[in-house]
Amino acid sequence: MSEVLITLIVELEDRPGQLLKVLQPISALGGNIVGIIHQRGKKTPLNRLPVEISFKIDGSKVENLIKELKSLGIVIRSFNEVRLTATTSVLLIGHLIHTDISDTISSIDSDGEAECVEMHVSMPEISGPSTAIITISASGEEKLKEALEKLREVCRRKEIMIIEPVNEELI
Amino acid sequence: MIKIAIVGFGTVGQGFAELLIRKRKEIEKAVGKFKITAIADSKSSISGEFSPSDALKMKRETGRLRDDVSATEIVRNAEYDVLIEASVTKIGGGDGVEYIRQALKRGKHVITSNKGPIVADFDGLMKLAEKNGVKLMYEATVGGAMPVIKLARKYLALCEIESVKGIFNGTCNYILSRMEEEKLPYEQVLKEAQELGYAEADPTYDVEGIDAAMKLVIIANTIGVRARYEDVEVTGITQITPEAFQVAAEKGYTIRLIAEVSKEKLRVSPRLVPKYHPLSIRGTMNAAMFKTDTAGNIFVVGRGAGKEETASAILSDFYEIYAGSR
Repeated sequence: MSEVLITLIVELEDRPGQLLKVLQPISALGGNIVGIIHQRGKKTPLNRLPVEISFKIDGSKVENLIKELKSLGIVIRSFNEVRLTATTSVLLIGHLIHTDISDTISSIDSDGEAECVEMHVSMPEISGPSTAIITISASGEEKLKEALEKLREVCRRKEIMIIEPVNEELI
Repeated sequence: MIKIAIVGFGTVGQGFAELLIRKRKEIEKAVGKFKITAIADSKSSISGEFSPSDALKMKRETGRLRDDVSATEIVRNAEYDVLIEASVTKIGGGDGVEYIRQALKRGKHVITSNKGPIVADFDGLMKLAEKNGVKLMYEATVGGAMPVIKLARKYLALCEIESVKGIFNGTCNYILSRMEEEKLPYEQVLKEAQELGYAEADPTYDVEGIDAAMKLVIIANTIGVRARYEDVEVTGITQITPEAFQVAAEKGYTIRLIAEVSKEKLRVSPRLVPKYHPLSIRGTMNAAMFKTDTAGNIFVVGRGAGKEETASAILSDFYEIYAGSR
């Protein structure tokens, strides 16, 4: 099971019982509510109230959930792409540009479950080694590990030094 | 009367002898009367009736001791209860292995500050000590004054130690923290470290992670992970660019050479360390973090090298042998 974080914005009529209508199907499918934000200041012209609901749920159940909510007549204003829930940064040092950095980065994302979401490259001299910090996000811890393993392989082959974080779990 | 022989009379051996002289009163109060009965370096020795202060003075002034009797003969024949083995670390073990074996076979306790033998034959030497009913102690091989070995073996004895992560090479830590602070390239900071005496003329042993890897092997075996030097994946610090610290800082990280052991792997490599993390220490300091099942994370930090610091670790082993169960 790969858990995903969903942020859903629905428009609800401003009367009792409406929020429950949305929460019940989420709960029934094993979703775990992370946060609920009522956007009271942003009432729509039809006098509906936008409510943002964040929850974690098994990724395979998302599609059914959305169908279910729609069939209940709930107005879904937006529903974000499956948000990637595991993130880490790694530092790369070496001839990053000459060894095709976009190829290096895309090695992470072979199945769409992990991607490089941020990158900063510092290249003081054209001929010298450059340094980059990249942030990788994946749909779960396992996928993140896989992505890192792929990146390690590519870096070994291209003789790029990879500096990984010490685990961040702490005292 | 506890009789002490010292083999290896360089910085560490001399430091220990000085400490015995200076703290005689406190030490005797804790463990009872003691006496240094023999000292040997690589080419000379002194044994029988002599004054340790005079031996120190002679070594400093002439570079040698009174007699020509070899260290091997001292270890085999001199009268002692505990051997302080403080010879220089050699990858692969060096003469220290034989000194330790001979002493253990004679039923003598051994305290060593020498990583070589412990890395080369951890199991063999430990078994030999057990067979002969004596102790082989090696606190001084790892982390200088920092209590690491006895912490793991004694105070965390009934914990499961899931991993140890640490900084065990002060030279590398000095170089990395200076590169970070001054935004200077590696070569320039290395030169500075050499001038200050923090790095050797040939810095390979430190900067390529060899020293840290040997210490990691010792820690691994201490916590029950059977490992040899070849099992450690080692990456040194020579390729790190000054820009690395700048881009890492944008994400709240610094870079340190971290030695890590768990059941899955042993590795020494530069790692991103969050700036708020206790392992993001500066200068020549060493640090270690033990992750345990029942005690959570335990963290120690201290000076990883130095004459007196290393001598203090030997003294703590000495205390452990003679007064540890009190």
